Amino acid sequence: MSTSVEHVGRPATGGGRPLVEVRDLRKSFGELHVLRGMDFAVPSGSVTVLIGPSGSGKTTALRCLNALEVPEAGVVRVADCEVDFARPVDKRTVRTLRSQSGMVFQSHHLFPHMTVIQNVMEGPVTVQRRAREQARTDALALLERVGLADKADQFPFQLSGGQQQRVGIARALAIQPRLMLFDEPTSALDPELVGEVLAVMKDLADQGWTMVVVTHEIRFAQGVADQVLFLDGGVVVERGAPAQVLTDPREPRTRQFLHRLLDPL
Amino acid sequence: MGEGIDWQLVGDSLVPLLMGLVHGTIPLTAITFVLGLALALVVALMRLSKSRVLSGVARAYVSVIRGTPLLVQLFIIFYGLPSLGLTIGAFPSAVIAFTLNVGAYASEVIRASILAVPRGQWEAASTIGMDGFTTLRRVVLPQATRVAVPPLSNTLISLVKDTSLASTILVTELLRKAQEIAAPTFQFFTLYTVAAILYWVVCFVLSVVQSRAEVRLGRYVTS
Repeated sequence: MSTSVEHVGRPATGGGRPLVEVRDLRKSFGELHVLRGMDFAVPSGSVTVLIGPSGSGKTTALRCLNALEVPEAGVVRVADCEVDFARPVDKRTVRTLRSQSGMVFQSHHLFPHMTVIQNVMEGPVTVQRRAREQARTDALALLERVGLADKADQFPFQLSGGQQQRVGIARALAIQPRLMLFDEPTSALDPELVGEVLAVMKDLADQGWTMVVVTHEIRFAQGVADQVLFLDGGVVVERGAPAQVLTDPREPRTRQFLHRLLDPL
Repeated sequence: MGEGIDWQLVGDSLVPLLMGLVHGTIPLTAITFVLGLALALVVALMRLSKSRVLSGVARAYVSVIRGTPLLVQLFIIFYGLPSLGLTIGAFPSAVIAFTLNVGAYASEVIRASILAVPRGQWEAASTIGMDGFTTLRRVVLPQATRVAVPPLSNTLISLVKDTSLASTILVTELLRKAQEIAAPTFQFFTLYTVAAILYWVVCFVLSVVQSRAEVRLGRYVTS
């Protein structure tokens, strides 16, 4: 019985094999080569943060993990679902890959015509055909977890940006994914609302969720990430523990980027 | 006699005119609007599909219907088709012509309304596992409806008035009734004015309904 919310938060750890593996990912938009052969792995229960300048391919790389972008070549494996994009990929394979992960967008993309709880219940009820009453109980528990149980019957436009983003997290968690993807979840927020979203994400990390996060929040990366990847020009320039990549980068490009990020003037 | 409004005649003709409205104009409008919207949704989806054949067929259909007069279409169906051995009654002919018309005009409205829903909504739906059809039904069309209500109301109100063209193929709707009563009495001004007022009343009621629908559908939208 997959009823308790606690259960949702604990994806099975499968031996020593990483939950996510990406090999030689390539993608271009017309003449623009966004990904030029990217490799990385995300161990189960760990947090990987992707940083890099705009145009570095970090969002595209993230969106390849659930095939919102279809790369021209490369292999993406999440749990037991492995997709080789060099070959033609059918819709069913894409949906299987996509169902492995929950996604949080930069601009939440909540369904504006549904209340908060309807947003969270939509995946479980409409797609996964779970019983409505149980889905409602689970959805309320998830909203509790992101601190918004009292907003269940409001519409998204009645919430602050930080609250909307937390509903987005609850909606993504509700489908019980193996992996959580975050695409710059705080970039569109007013500075004073960033903290509440990062706190929820840190909470998820502490509970053992496997997460891939694209962000510019260096302090979040320092505090929560197990692995930081610095991307530039469509490749991973530098990777390692946050203490190493963020405080003592080897590559001059990493150093330059961090310098500009921390001291923009 | 013969000058201004004949109030006696107005009173006497009101019931038959209302019968024309209730038994002719309103059912013709309602049936063709419902069928036309269903057709329009299909045509809009064909135009939006990746298939060149489907979108080409949809494009051609819209082009032909929009590019030819409704009255001519009506005549082709009712007076023209019998010479090809296909005879269709007056009311069904009107239903076919008006449905084809609504289908063409409304398909453009529906297509634009679907395109007005941000791409992020499709993406968000797909990340919670929805297929395209479910996304359309649960996420996109409810939002597109809000955008589509004002222009579709235009289509509906035009349709109410366009049904008067059916009088030319002898469908007994409001205008036809007015003609029938006016002919022996020569009270054209009186009868056609009353008919005009009745059309206006129907359209006025529809625009009130439209305003209510807009308020209702707008309740989840930011200012």
